[in-house]
Amino acid sequence: MSDTNTHSVSYVRESMLAESAPPSTETGTIKWMRENLFSSVLNSVLTVLSILVVYWAVSKIGPWFWNSVWDAGSLTECREILAAKGMTGHDGACFGVIKDRWQQLIFGFYPSEYYWRPVLALLVFFVGITPVLFDSVPRKMLILTILTPFVMYLLLWGGAIWLPLMVVAGFGVGYLAMKFLSPVNGLLGTIGAIILPLIFWLYLAGPIAGWLTFYAPIGFEFVPSKSFGGFTLSLVIGIVAIILSLPLGILLALARQSNLPIIKYSAVTFIEVIRGVPLIVWLFTASLLLNYFLPPGTNFDLMLRVIIMVTLFSAAYIAEVVRGGLAALPKGQYEGGDSLGLSYWQSMQLIILPQALKISIPGIVNTFIGLFKDTTLVVFIGLFDPIGLAGAIRASTDWNGIYWELFIFIGVMFFIFCFSMGRYSLYLENKLQREHR
Amino acid sequence: MSTLTDPPKPAFRLSQLIYDTRYRSITIQLVALLLMVLGIGWLVNNTVQNLAALGKDFNFGFLDNSAGYDINQRLIDYNSQMSHGRAAMVGILNTLLVAFLGCVTATVIGVIAGVLRLSKNWVVSRLMAVYVEGFRNVPLLLWIILIFSIMSESMPQPKDFRGAEPAASMIFSDHVAVTNRGIWIPRLGFTNSLSGNEAVASVEGLPAVATGGADWALIGVTLLISIIAIGFVRTRASQLQEATGNRPTTWYLQLGLLVIPFVIVALFLGMTVVTPFLKGFNFTEGTHLRNSLIALWIALSLYTGAFIAEIVRAGILAVSKGQSEAAFALGMRPNRTMNLVILPQAMRVIVPPLISQYLNLAKNSSLAIAVGYMDVRATLGGITINQTGRELEGMLLLGGFYLLLSLLISSVMNYFNNRTQLRER
Repeated sequence: MSDTNTHSVSYVRESMLAESAPPSTETGTIKWMRENLFSSVLNSVLTVLSILVVYWAVSKIGPWFWNSVWDAGSLTECREILAAKGMTGHDGACFGVIKDRWQQLIFGFYPSEYYWRPVLALLVFFVGITPVLFDSVPRKMLILTILTPFVMYLLLWGGAIWLPLMVVAGFGVGYLAMKFLSPVNGLLGTIGAIILPLIFWLYLAGPIAGWLTFYAPIGFEFVPSKSFGGFTLSLVIGIVAIILSLPLGILLALARQSNLPIIKYSAVTFIEVIRGVPLIVWLFTASLLLNYFLPPGTNFDLMLRVIIMVTLFSAAYIAEVVRGGLAALPKGQYEGGDSLGLSYWQSMQLIILPQALKISIPGIVNTFIGLFKDTTLVVFIGLFDPIGLAGAIRASTDWNGIYWELFIFIGVMFFIFCFSMGRYSLYLENKLQREHR
Repeated sequence: MSTLTDPPKPAFRLSQLIYDTRYRSITIQLVALLLMVLGIGWLVNNTVQNLAALGKDFNFGFLDNSAGYDINQRLIDYNSQMSHGRAAMVGILNTLLVAFLGCVTATVIGVIAGVLRLSKNWVVSRLMAVYVEGFRNVPLLLWIILIFSIMSESMPQPKDFRGAEPAASMIFSDHVAVTNRGIWIPRLGFTNSLSGNEAVASVEGLPAVATGGADWALIGVTLLISIIAIGFVRTRASQLQEATGNRPTTWYLQLGLLVIPFVIVALFLGMTVVTPFLKGFNFTEGTHLRNSLIALWIALSLYTGAFIAEIVRAGILAVSKGQSEAAFALGMRPNRTMNLVILPQAMRVIVPPLISQYLNLAKNSSLAIAVGYMDVRATLGGITINQTGRELEGMLLLGGFYLLLSLLISSVMNYFNNRTQLRER
């Protein structure tokens, strides 16, 4: 039966043909270019246009970088070097200014023999913040995180070690009060944990620290705030403000979500007023008006005033981020806490905040990036941030008339900081999205 | 036989204020209120004492006094004899001007960059990524100063335009002059001006032109009437479509309604373009855009545009692919799919953060201080405070203005949110 068919076919191939290569337009670079660059007329036009733009930019700016002079002590010297090569001052960059003044741009007027202190403080900050940022690190490390601010204060401003120790001791007093008074009466414990440390800080800490400093002057050389400048200043203001504004922002967010009307509406007013007015107006308020609001005769450090204002400012922004996190939690979580009979603070501490804060970390990091960029505004009230120092360097006779090199250096530094933080926040967002599915 | 009576109500005890959740919230709020009143009272008391010690009082009378300083860019009439209040008004208008211009261009740049960043074209999407990351990660202040420096350091001087073989020349066929003192662009003038300043011939032989508020009002009213008429035509077309299923072709009617009345009015007023030209040491006639305005405007647009690009990208990505596939399956053409299916859904994601970017842009316009643009912070919050010594009142007014602006913008946002919120059951 089957024979009939086989006989009717004249030719049957019995072996497979070897695979032939795809046509040359469908492989490798050509295929990639066809698909990605020239898939349609519009796309081809766009490709050509963007290549032209890139070529134009590179041909304009490229030689300027290529011919840059790094070994020059002043702008005139740099121009002479360029002239010796047969070029004018516009043909090459004078990055000599960076080589000459980079310490100033980074450390401001910080005494040069103590440059290791801000660097170490930054390292301490990174070590302290790891347990918060990466959850693969052991939880015990969080104790280090708590101690970080005091170590950083000691390293940056210096002075005797006793004052920061007394501040830590105040928290210890509060903890002890809580531990020993709570069994007697819960309310008494809470009140004691608030009042006793305050009494300790206001009346005992100063004299004890002074006495200890007198008899055991252990510590670092004191560096006044006005020596801070450059990126050290930006980082110090940014980091201190973010650390201080986190607890404040969380409290504000909780207050805004609260069902006690007086507390809720005062938090709303505070947040909206702070967010509605530009930071620069708040900074001017700090420098012009803060003295009006404080008891007559008080006068303190401009940097501290700026830190207070920036802290309040970022607290309002963080409150909104955390509020988003609180609102994103399913209602069942709140009800679960209530049905277990937990008190408000217990359910917040054990159930709500751990989840809400985890969701809010990317937003908090983004707030920090914005805050860090905004620290450049302090130049307008007379602090020397990198942009202010660029002006100061330009005012010196050596480097009078230099613009782009300084701007590029500052811009690149900010870019490195902000871009890496932005990547971290993106990584976190992706991770959270995976976990929530 | 016993009668059921309510159990005796326990007498109110003071400890209930702390331990009974019904009363505790009242206690907490009263304590908070008390602390807040005490805190505010303390601040006010300090302020009163400090003011008394300085011999100052608290009143806003200084706003009526003569300002005594000039403002180089003004949208309304102003001279140094006028009051501080008027100067503040000029500043407010300047802030609003740069905020408005910035919002418009930032939106255009942001939408284009956001769409192009999603393009399959490798070069284009990378280029846009560089733009977005570059602007988002460097402080705005640096960009403002950088662009200002480019304008004032690298652009030709007006004198370079002079001579038989000038070093620099005007662009757009001799209509726009870009110099280190700013950009001069052509302005519109009217040979039959209704009111306005004296008609002057800019160059010998050319007709005399003038501009006044009445001319612009007439043009504005004409355009408004045209737009209302066009709206009417479109509603009518939609009604016809509802009734019969066919939409009448109306584009020529719409175009005619827009163009013909405008052309008639323009001819009636004798509208002409006045181009800037070199006279003495500087350009004259035309509209002078100062470096400060240009730098602030470009920097704000590019910086906010980078953020808007990310918002637009996220919005487009948020609409799932099934939506467009479903629309194609129903036989809709690509442009109608975009208009009727994708955009309405993407807009819901895009608009709230977009408006908060507008808010940021308006607040960031206070960075005008870096380039000396005369915005409200520079007039009311700067020179006026320095001249009158009224820091408290000046800063209060300044903060109040920005707060009002933000509240206005966020109320627009809330209105939009409520209208377009997804109604879930």
